[in-house]
Amino acid sequence: MRRILLESMLSRPLTEAPPAADEAMLAELAGKVDAAARRKLGRSLSIREVDAGSCNGCELEIHALNNAFYDLERFGLRFVASPRHADVLMVTGPVTKNMREALERTYNSTPDPKWVVAVGDCAANGGVFAGSYAVAGGVKDVIPVDLHIRGCPPRPSQLLQGLLALLEKQAG
Amino acid sequence: MIIDTIAGERIKGHRPWPRAIVRADEWRRASEALKAGKWTLLSLWGEARAVHMAVLDEAISDIAVLTFECLDGTFPSVGALHPPAIRLERAIHDLFGLTPTGALDERSWLDLGFWGVEAPLGGARAAAAPRAPYVFLPVEGENLHQIPVGPVHAGIIEPGHFRFTANGETVVRLEQRLGYVHKGIDSLMAGATLEQAARLASRTSGDSTVAYALAFAHAVEAALDVTVPSRARYLRVLMAELERLANHFGDIGAICNDASFSLMHAQCGVLRERTLRAADACFGHRLMMDRVVPGGVACDLAAGGMAAVTALLAEVRRIFPRLVELYDNTASLQDRTAQTGILRADYARRFGAGGYVGRASGRGFDARKALAYPPYGELTFEVPTRNAGDVDARVWIRIKEVEQSLSLIEQAMRRLPDGAIRAELKPASEPCEGMGFAEAFRGDVLAWLRLDGERVARCHLRDPSWFQWPLLEVVIEGNIVADFPLCNKSFNCSYSGHDL
Repeated sequence: MRRILLESMLSRPLTEAPPAADEAMLAELAGKVDAAARRKLGRSLSIREVDAGSCNGCELEIHALNNAFYDLERFGLRFVASPRHADVLMVTGPVTKNMREALERTYNSTPDPKWVVAVGDCAANGGVFAGSYAVAGGVKDVIPVDLHIRGCPPRPSQLLQGLLALLEKQAG
Repeated sequence: MIIDTIAGERIKGHRPWPRAIVRADEWRRASEALKAGKWTLLSLWGEARAVHMAVLDEAISDIAVLTFECLDGTFPSVGALHPPAIRLERAIHDLFGLTPTGALDERSWLDLGFWGVEAPLGGARAAAAPRAPYVFLPVEGENLHQIPVGPVHAGIIEPGHFRFTANGETVVRLEQRLGYVHKGIDSLMAGATLEQAARLASRTSGDSTVAYALAFAHAVEAALDVTVPSRARYLRVLMAELERLANHFGDIGAICNDASFSLMHAQCGVLRERTLRAADACFGHRLMMDRVVPGGVACDLAAGGMAAVTALLAEVRRIFPRLVELYDNTASLQDRTAQTGILRADYARRFGAGGYVGRASGRGFDARKALAYPPYGELTFEVPTRNAGDVDARVWIRIKEVEQSLSLIEQAMRRLPDGAIRAELKPASEPCEGMGFAEAFRGDVLAWLRLDGERVARCHLRDPSWFQWPLLEVVIEGNIVADFPLCNKSFNCSYSGHDL
């Protein structure tokens, strides 16, 4: 263990420079993050991830945000275990009918001010699962969405771009 | 051969293994053979007016499909004799409205009462509202308390409900309630073009997207009797083994993280990321989604892909052995994983548990070896097994499989032939059926389909989790609540793959 720790200390960090916030996402966010919220939250956001019916591909890439290369916490962004601790709900998947109520209840449990980030093509409009008897639709068909991050699944760098856009808007 | 022992009407155009329509007595006899352990249940699935059962004779690696026509909307319950079939039967009832007669558990499984229809793939009746609340199995005794968990969990994971009943810290019963991520894949498959269907199959369980695409492609290629070019076969090996590596790295780290040993988690996370980046460099997608397609692969190895994989292998060989040593020599970690969540060998065998769950409990089935789909028959590798059946053994199976996958990747790169990467598919003139397997990181994925011209008439995908989830309920018994995350992560069952 000492060898691994020592080597980690003596080598350069793996963490990479952050990507610039995505312009299109900044535009989508315009006006959705008001000044009062900025004052309250500063430059820190707690994120609660909710899988509302995904294939789990998006979850894998969201997980990757915590690895040494992307190191999400350096931006003041962190994942929390309860919606009651969250500022941001990050929702994946088409919303299945079996998950709709759970998603609504999670949304209602999240204190204001709050934002919803819909991650992945399925979260945008149901993706390849649209039209099924078991699918309610995209996330916006169930709860209000502030930001869409597209991709199947989006790469961690795209997820970072979106979250940084949220942070930038929020910090003004 | 199994088929020779079955009295029934043999169906033409079902490849590569035979299918026969049987009567009720023969269906029951097959259920008895499953109960007796003579055969292993591979899957049980429905259609509008029939049920199918795929069975495996492990001794001779032979497979057959039995079909029972449900003329009056019922079929003799397999689960009444052979418990691994119970959840599959409940799912058949929810989706097709077919009733297993004599079933021990008549509760719904995937239908949680929100679809607005009942039996969506059978009669599709408007749902009768309101529905009686779901009844969990009774637990009786002194000083018991219940802990409901989910469907929304604390981590970045899929949704499902766990109902724990505990006496103090000790779990006396876990009952799972799944189905939350049911997306209706079976219904979306019906009438889909091959291209649409392949995309759906690839999104059945995202962590096994290559394996699902491969099992689906195998089924299509069997149905249409297509030979896949050799180069495509080897590129598929490269993809499948990269996927296995990435998942095993992720799992080993995550299991250790659930014992609060975050150093392993961080180090394994780096290896996982490097693996995904190598996959991206080779095939232009980190998870390699939609790269395996019926007939071959969608894209060739990118320039620089070979170099990226070579660099990955060198890095893994440099780092991974010390992580293994770290795992093996950290007493506080071993204290959590050894002797925790023990799965008895007879349960693993009876449920036909695949992947590390089965192999850590002495069941060595691996579709790459037992069914030797090409080109695995030409490659040298071992299927590691252990007998302890605990969390530790499931970690060790993953460690050993990482080593095997590294070797398989090397062999695939060394032998990679030149040539075409995709065979042309010609629609068959009459309906045809195919069955295929692929060994995903968590076990064998089964795909069965019937093609009608250029479209899929019916497709059934069976995730290895169907036979692993019920065993998780068993292994947690007598363990403390705090060890559940470790047990759960060591199984790492798919919710999406199971819920469909």
